[in-house]
Amino acid sequence: MYEGAIQDLIDELGRLPGVGPKSAQRIAFHILSAEQADVTRLATALRRVKEQVRFCRICFNVAEADECRICRDARRTDEVLCVVEEPKDVVAIERTGEFRGRYHVLGGAINPLEGVGPDNLRIRELMTRLSGGAVKELILATDPNTEGEATATYLALLVKPMGIAVTRLASGLPVGGDLEYADEITLGRAFEGRRALDV
Amino acid sequence: MSRAYPRKLYRDDALVLRCQKLGEADRIVTLFTRRHGRVRAVGKGVRRTTSRFGARLEPFGHIDVQIAEGRSLHVVSQVEGISLYGRRIGSDYARYTAASAIVETAERLTPEEQEPALRLYLLTLGAVRALGDDDDRSPPLILDSYLLRAMALSGWAPALTECAVCGQVPESLLDGVGPQQTAFSVPAGGVVCVNCRPPGAAAPSTATMSLLTALAAGDWKTAGASDGPARRQASGLVAALLQWHLERGLRSLPLVDRR
Ligand SMILES: [Zn+2]
Ligand SMILES: [Zn+2]
Repeated sequence: MYEGAIQDLIDELGRLPGVGPKSAQRIAFHILSAEQADVTRLATALRRVKEQVRFCRICFNVAEADECRICRDARRTDEVLCVVEEPKDVVAIERTGEFRGRYHVLGGAINPLEGVGPDNLRIRELMTRLSGGAVKELILATDPNTEGEATATYLALLVKPMGIAVTRLASGLPVGGDLEYADEITLGRAFEGRRALDV
Repeated sequence: MSRAYPRKLYRDDALVLRCQKLGEADRIVTLFTRRHGRVRAVGKGVRRTTSRFGARLEPFGHIDVQIAEGRSLHVVSQVEGISLYGRRIGSDYARYTAASAIVETAERLTPEEQEPALRLYLLTLGAVRALGDDDDRSPPLILDSYLLRAMALSGWAPALTECAVCGQVPESLLDGVGPQQTAFSVPAGGVVCVNCRPPGAAAPSTATMSLLTALAAGDWKTAGASDGPARRQASGLVAALLQWHLERGLRSLPLVDRR
């Protein structure tokens, strides 16, 4: 245990995902010995992210305005809507250059063990968007793991009565992997080869 | 003289109960092993799409695993799939939510890591297998049967045929006696007779009582023939019993899809 400010910093860093006590200590001492300007920049970035970044009111992607860049883009089609778990999945799919529709970010996957049910995700908002009638195809691009599959199955059942085509990315994405780690070519192929999801 | 910390390796078969993300691409998996009880171990790099291990360390998989004991966390060094039930379970929402409640219960009933619990292991594996195979039994019934039997293994078997307090068979459960309702008290531990009945006891129907008895005994013919109201009442009592014995409720139980 250290005293005062340095211990406070270690404690705060230790609460971050994937940062253990040893790493927290290493990062804290790195910050302590860093240039004042570098530390100020970091502090500013931390403050700005909470002050300026919000969630898009339409798709819940990260945005610096009420609506994100993708929702504001008039050249994209409203007919295809791609559902993902996290904003970082939007980035991964955008990298492929294969998709010209819109997104909907759920904020996670249904995971009963973690207490995450349908009501904890942006599913109600998705249904409201779909009831608008513009969407012809719904692509379920949740992660290719058990939680992602179960979430896709749940959504497909919910959307079925609306008569919208529901598709799932082609297998070829390895099970258990995170979508964000798929390379552009594999993810692009998975998009091209998407198939109807029967439930 | 310095020497590397000698890592003990062991091999076992196991059911994957839970996966949690760790750092950039690793995952902490909670395993229920046949001979070593519940074990938490790190699967390194399994979230990268190039990992060969990823699919084998998904929830609900029955695996053959080699684990290296570490000073703080154990590490999965080898893993082969025996039956990866996660695929089938993930494609059916009712199976998925029932399986989640089963593995959460198994986790809660094994509070100590590395304490062997063979009978609970076999029971849990059997229930997950029933959900992962194309079994036509209803997922919520598989869950409720599991919960009753898992409680029995923990010494919390509810009294279903005689009074939990005095041991007499209540008249309502005797054949040929009129449609008198059975009293059921969660704090008393099950069925109670008229004399022992505490205030606030539930009054399950005869159909509910025979469903509970069938589920506890694994009598699937009787259980499968039960109707909706009996199933709802039975699952409510099972959930209340489990809640009574565990300090905190299960997170997954309210999310079980019982349609
Ligand atoms: Zn947006
Ligand atoms: Zn009695």
